[in-house]
Amino acid sequence: MSNTPHTAGIVAGRLPADAYARNFGDAEPPLDRHEAQVAADRCYFCHDAPCITACPTDIDIPLFIRQIATGTPEAAARTIFGQNILGGMCARVCPTETLCEQACVREAAEGKPVEIGRLQRFATDMLMTQGVHPFTRAAPTGRRVAVVGAGPAGLACAHRLAMLGHDVAIYDARPKAGGLNEYGIAQYKSVGDFAQAEVEWLLQIGGISISNSMALGRDVTLAGLQADYDAVFLGMGLAGVNALRVPGEDRGNVRDAVDFIADLRQTPDKSALPIGRDVVVIGGGMTAVDAAVQSRLLGAQNVTIVYRRGQDRMSASDYEQHHAQTAGVRIVTNAAPVAVHGNGAVTEVEFAYTAEGPGGLSLTDDRFRLRADQVFKAIGQTLSGAPEGLALTGGKILVTGPGRTSLSGIWAGGDCAAGGDDLTVTAVAEGRDAAMDIHASLTRRG
Amino acid sequence: MADLASSFVGITSPNPFWLASAPPTDKEVNVRRAFEAGWGGVVWKTLGSEGPPIVNVNGPRYGAVWGADRRLLGLNNIELITDRPLQVNLDEIRRVKRDWPDRAMVISLMVPCDEESWKDILMRIEDTGADGVELNFGCPHGMAERGMGSAVGQVPEYIEMVTAWVKHYSKLPCIVKLTPNVTSILPPALAAYRGGADAVSLINTVKSITNVDLDHFSPFPMIDGKGSHGGYCGPAVKPIALNMVAEIARHPDMRGLPISGIGGVTTWRDAAEFIALGAGNVQVCTAAMTYGFKIVQEMISGLSQYLDEKAMTLDELRGRAVPNFVEWQDLNLNYTTKAHINQDDCIKCGRCYAACEDTSHQAIAMSPDRVFTVKDDECVACNLCVNVCPVENCITMVELPVGSMDPRTGRPVAPVGTWTTHPNNPSAQAAE
Ligand SMILES: Cc1cc2nc3c(=O)[nH]c(=O)nc-3n(C[C@H](O)[C@H](O)[C@H](O)COP(=O)(O)OP(=O)(O)OC[C@H]3O[C@@H](n4cnc5c(N)ncnc54)[C@H](O)[C@@H]3O)c2cc1C
Ligand SMILES: Cc1cc2nc3c(=O)[nH]c(=O)nc-3n(C[C@H](O)[C@H](O)[C@H](O)COP(=O)(O)O)c2cc1C
Ligand code: SF4
Repeated sequence: MSNTPHTAGIVAGRLPADAYARNFGDAEPPLDRHEAQVAADRCYFCHDAPCITACPTDIDIPLFIRQIATGTPEAAARTIFGQNILGGMCARVCPTETLCEQACVREAAEGKPVEIGRLQRFATDMLMTQGVHPFTRAAPTGRRVAVVGAGPAGLACAHRLAMLGHDVAIYDARPKAGGLNEYGIAQYKSVGDFAQAEVEWLLQIGGISISNSMALGRDVTLAGLQADYDAVFLGMGLAGVNALRVPGEDRGNVRDAVDFIADLRQTPDKSALPIGRDVVVIGGGMTAVDAAVQSRLLGAQNVTIVYRRGQDRMSASDYEQHHAQTAGVRIVTNAAPVAVHGNGAVTEVEFAYTAEGPGGLSLTDDRFRLRADQVFKAIGQTLSGAPEGLALTGGKILVTGPGRTSLSGIWAGGDCAAGGDDLTVTAVAEGRDAAMDIHASLTRRG
Repeated sequence: MADLASSFVGITSPNPFWLASAPPTDKEVNVRRAFEAGWGGVVWKTLGSEGPPIVNVNGPRYGAVWGADRRLLGLNNIELITDRPLQVNLDEIRRVKRDWPDRAMVISLMVPCDEESWKDILMRIEDTGADGVELNFGCPHGMAERGMGSAVGQVPEYIEMVTAWVKHYSKLPCIVKLTPNVTSILPPALAAYRGGADAVSLINTVKSITNVDLDHFSPFPMIDGKGSHGGYCGPAVKPIALNMVAEIARHPDMRGLPISGIGGVTTWRDAAEFIALGAGNVQVCTAAMTYGFKIVQEMISGLSQYLDEKAMTLDELRGRAVPNFVEWQDLNLNYTTKAHINQDDCIKCGRCYAACEDTSHQAIAMSPDRVFTVKDDECVACNLCVNVCPVENCITMVELPVGSMDPRTGRPVAPVGTWTTHPNNPSAQAAE
């Protein structure tokens, strides 16, 4: 092995061959039966449990944990999937520390919540590895719905519609289904090929077709979909990215973090992935943390996240930040990039410390530079390619109630729709709820 | 999903899970919530005669025993039968049954031990639409002192007499609820059967004192410095209840008598166990009082998953374990097992070692690096290590096939042989 973490430049194979499997294996290993039993026994079966309220998909958490505790994890899985068909992925990727587990009364009591996420994974893995799909379709209604985007929102919407007897055609711009489950989520949260396995398992319901590499606005039009289908659901996520808007941004080796992560997710052999020695990640959210941590896991020697506001304002949770720091990522706050320096490719990024005032954030004259042979921009995704004629708000599709857009017959949910956190579980909830509303509208008219 | 629809003495309900006569079934608001949550039926909180209502204490009425993590294992109570006016109860029963026709509605009754009182109460409940009556011969406190409840339930002649009155004056199916506060459950059960009972239900609560207040030197629950015995229920009484249910189920003279199993049913498993030992359905009180009505959803999903996995119907489960409930003398004394510790699962706590070394057969070896292994030449297969191990299935009992050597006895394992034919049994020899 010739390369090491301190080899200069952007190179592959910085680590010994066996390190990659370890680094990109399960960050949180699955519970075994005994661990699940002990964890489940801690649940108090609270009345009107706060964890249920905290879950965007309202999974009946005490009930599924009791079903695990009484030796029927399959029934637990049914309880979960009934509310959240992507309960398997959510068990892996939900920031439970800010959702259900934060609300757990044992968090308040002892600072140690019931391990809801891991228990959910225990139950859902159990049923999914048995290959059991727990739902059947209602009698066909003859109605057809187009879904744009095969991410969590689109898949949840499609599954619910199919279950209710409608035929669903999904169009997705990318070559594979799954949306950010396939292209965005950190590898160590969703190991192996779970995202694709989950899509296949979900499709067992029947009545759903997926056309990949078919983009709305390029290969199909909204008008066309409206003509061919009884309803349309838009779950196209946020395909665009924000720019830094500083001089030198176009230098070599300055990339969008989401592209880097997508490449990483699509490369089975991580030792073949080139990574810089000095990596700078700009941003303060989950994408920044995932890009930084995975850079370290690929063997980058120095990885720094730079965020323009204070640490408490980072949208990455404390848990995520802690995870980054444990992985050896340095977090610098209250600093914003002012220039990318280099000769062709980046060599340094120049930052100004910021000050928070009544007029908002301002740059101070206090500056510093960080050595960088690779820069990842993670300062937010944006909606791109929204069809003409849809009312937007704050750069996202305006929706009311269960995902109704300003155009009749068109619903939207997930990251592309306004409101709600940009999380997998929120996308699932919105897709599911829109499906119920579409169903109501189709059956009312029919 | 397996069909859980149940028919008990002709009373149908969507599942075999009923709420027992107790606070959860005390009034309309509770029962409606219970039905909304999915309970198959209720036995309404026991009604007394027309007249001034019963009074309850106005201090604590419950005592409790807890396990680790303050999990409620046993509850005891000094509550009496309903303390609300009879007519209010009857009106509520009528309304709820009208709105929930598919759920079982059984009325529990306890009136003085004379024919007029029983005739009167049966007439009053006639037009409520209720599906059946349950005679509360079980309550061990408060009412017994007035010649009702377990005071009747402990005298088989009274049980038979009252049951006969009820069958005479009412067409409704009659379930007789038995008290466990007897030396044998069989005489009261047989008396109910002779009196014409359509079914028995058991157990009611067990006479108990849960704890003593060590500052005031009074049993708990303490009412103004004094305590009285209460009735014990919850997971702690399940073993007592299972045995009594099974005793009745296997008795040749009562074959076919439907049994409603009560006592500590907390999960689907408990329910399945009662049903396997002969219960036609189960009734639940403490588990609902501990966790709320929603637990029935786990009971429903769990029981139907179990039946699916076994490819069995509810009817086929019923009584399935009864033929295997035998007397000790009919157990195969040659059946030999040895404890086996799965080293992968072992967490090295050493509890098996302490238990076996200190109190049993010195059959577990402990190495300096805390590896625990069973000495097959000492192990008598008592199962204590299995029961004290914190990890389920870490220690298991492995059967020695017939003919293989038992290192403890130095003799091969013999084919089936019970005490009835054992050489050490004097009566076995006498019979030859
Ligand atoms: C790097 C990263 C890490 C994340 N980590 C987490 C995490 O750990 N936990 C968590 O809960 N959330 C996480 N998120 C957020 C989460 O992934 C999203 O909130 C979620 O995927 C949104 O689902 P969606 O269906 O709305 O959109 P997406 O998952 O983005 O799916 C949209 C789909 O639409 C398709 N599409 C886009 N435009 C078109 C078009 N014009 N025509 C046809 N198809 C189109 C896309 O190809 C894509 O398949 C992360 C996000 C990122 C970027
Ligand atoms: C507070 C309380 C009140 C009860 N009242 C009655 C009653 O009025 N009539 C009756 O038949 N049983 C009564 N019981 C007994 C229960 O119906 C049931 O037989 C017993 O609690 C055992 O079941 P469990 O272990 O599920 O609680 C009462 C139990 C409790 C805890
Ligand atoms: S549960 Fe508590 S609040 Fe309710 S009646 Fe009993 S003592 Fe009072």
